[in-house]
Amino acid sequence: MNIQEFIENFASQFDETELEEFTPETNFKQLDEWSSLAALSIIAMVDDEYDVIIKGNDIINSNTIQDLYDIIEKQK
Amino acid sequence: MTNDFNPFSLEGKTILVTGASSGIGQATAIACSRMGARMVITARDRQRLQTTCDELNPHAEGHLQQIAELTSQEDVERLISALPPLDGAVLCAGNSTTLPLQFGSREKFDEMFDVNFFAPVELLRLMYKKKRLNKGASVVLLASIGGTHSFMPGNGVYGASKAALNSVMRYAAREFASRRIRVNSICPGMVDTPLIHRGTITEEQLAEDAKKYPLGRYGQPADIANGAVYLLSDASSWLTGHDLVIDGGFSI
Repeated sequence: MNIQEFIENFASQFDETELEEFTPETNFKQLDEWSSLAALSIIAMVDDEYDVIIKGNDIINSNTIQDLYDIIEKQK
Repeated sequence: MTNDFNPFSLEGKTILVTGASSGIGQATAIACSRMGARMVITARDRQRLQTTCDELNPHAEGHLQQIAELTSQEDVERLISALPPLDGAVLCAGNSTTLPLQFGSREKFDEMFDVNFFAPVELLRLMYKKKRLNKGASVVLLASIGGTHSFMPGNGVYGASKAALNSVMRYAAREFASRRIRVNSICPGMVDTPLIHRGTITEEQLAEDAKKYPLGRYGQPADIANGAVYLLSDASSWLTGHDLVIDGGFSI
């Protein structure tokens, strides 16, 4: 697991936002496209790709993509 | 004058409840026993099932408990052979998942269908085939408005399993009517049980979602248990093949 690959998996849950907008520092909940369905997709993607079950609160407690990455890495 | 008019009484009836260790199954088992039924309760976890058993009405005697994993054919057959003749059954055991459809792989569908569809259908089939249901018995399947509405994003896999269950309910109702056995389902909206507090959806999101219900709240397990009591009782003698929506007005 590395951050670049995670960012790509993260970005592929979005349709309108350009890939360049996703960096470790991106405040993802500020994105126009952010929604409750996007949150569910991130949770499902993390389960699929990394075999880690995260919760809605992990998303709430993360501001940046790096924050979420760190949470997942701790559980791996 | 004593008023003993009570068409909802379950006195003299023996009723099976699956998934009786928590949530809707637990509330249903307790409510049925309080309406006078002798209960046969089943679940996977011995300790939690005992908790339910301790709360059954002691005045309705002879309650039985049986541990079973209903996705195991061996366990289902053991349960069937241990069953006394039944006047009713409420099949509550089930699971849910919140998963956007693009992640709904065959594996995810299989997991959900094994628990929510194949397990109750096999139990229903064998109860009928092995004649464990008395003439005039009433069977209640726990479906969901998730089977008829997209009530929340990410419930397609779950909803499909409940829609399939509802479909079987109608055929069973038609075919089992020859023995005067009734088969109905309950389609609850979101009910406040441990199943919905697993964290995929946050508590804040749940509180927000509850506002979509015209009656202003999610259901309580007792709201559904009382519907099951009606469907099990002689008050609903002329009702079969029906899906009873209990959802606080969500699907209006």
